[in-house]
Amino acid sequence: MLQSILSALVGGLIIGLASWLLLASLGRVAGISGITAAVIAPNKDEANDTTWRLVFVMGLIIGGLVAYQFFNVPAQTPRPFWLLLTAGLLVGFGTVLGAGCTSGHGVCGLGRRSVRSLAATCTFMGTGFATVFIVNAITGKAML
Amino acid sequence: MKKLFFAFASSVLFALGLVVSGMTQPAKVVGFLDIGGLKNGVSWTAQAGFWDPSLALVMGGALLVTLIAFAITPAKGRKPWAANGFSLPTRKDIDAKLIGGSALFGIGWALAGYCPGPALTSIFTGGLDTITFALAMGVGMWVAKHWVKL
Repeated sequence: MLQSILSALVGGLIIGLASWLLLASLGRVAGISGITAAVIAPNKDEANDTTWRLVFVMGLIIGGLVAYQFFNVPAQTPRPFWLLLTAGLLVGFGTVLGAGCTSGHGVCGLGRRSVRSLAATCTFMGTGFATVFIVNAITGKAML
Repeated sequence: MKKLFFAFASSVLFALGLVVSGMTQPAKVVGFLDIGGLKNGVSWTAQAGFWDPSLALVMGGALLVTLIAFAITPAKGRKPWAANGFSLPTRKDIDAKLIGGSALFGIGWALAGYCPGPALTSIFTGGLDTITFALAMGVGMWVAKHWVKL
């Protein structure tokens, strides 16, 4: 238990430091949905500045691969294809429409004390809590 | 080059933080969102049916740093190490897109236990499930970008 608590706290601090590094070096918000969406479908403003974004996404993937070699992460039991497909579409569409995700609105936006990010964070937390509650009530068991 | 180095360093560090914090494990995210699990009690190791408070600590730890970072780093007359200036969001209005999009995001987040960062970080370690989610997420982003004209 103590190890899980410490991991969560230390991991959170590292995430904060990573966001600080991007702010101090590139002067930008570490919003992962925004950066990823700009790589996949850049708009006019983003089109001439995609390289660092592509490198950022690659860093996440490579960093994850490397970190998994050093930490023992429990595997997740497989879930239905349609569930992951639906969830992925909602997350992709929703984060672009809502201009941010857990990193951009949650970690950086709240850190900037942005009212928009506070509203967004409360909203996705709210629908997140409600979704698990409703799914569990319908199926009569815990999702995971 | 300097710019790319810092972008890479930042995201590698970000990925490390996500893995260390346990947020690449969907069970821990869904465990946090399962407030109904509180009736059975608290589990810090994502035991099904219990509430896992980890995500709150992760957010808390990250916010501890970013609250300081955004308060002191983008100061007047200061420049980032590898850019000509700070490019931070400026909008302050709360509109239907912001709330509607965030609401949809929250539903998808809860269904799979993945948000964009953890999905990309574990895309090659989470099996076919993570790849499926990440590809669908990319499609969702593409559709939104072309449809919504942001």
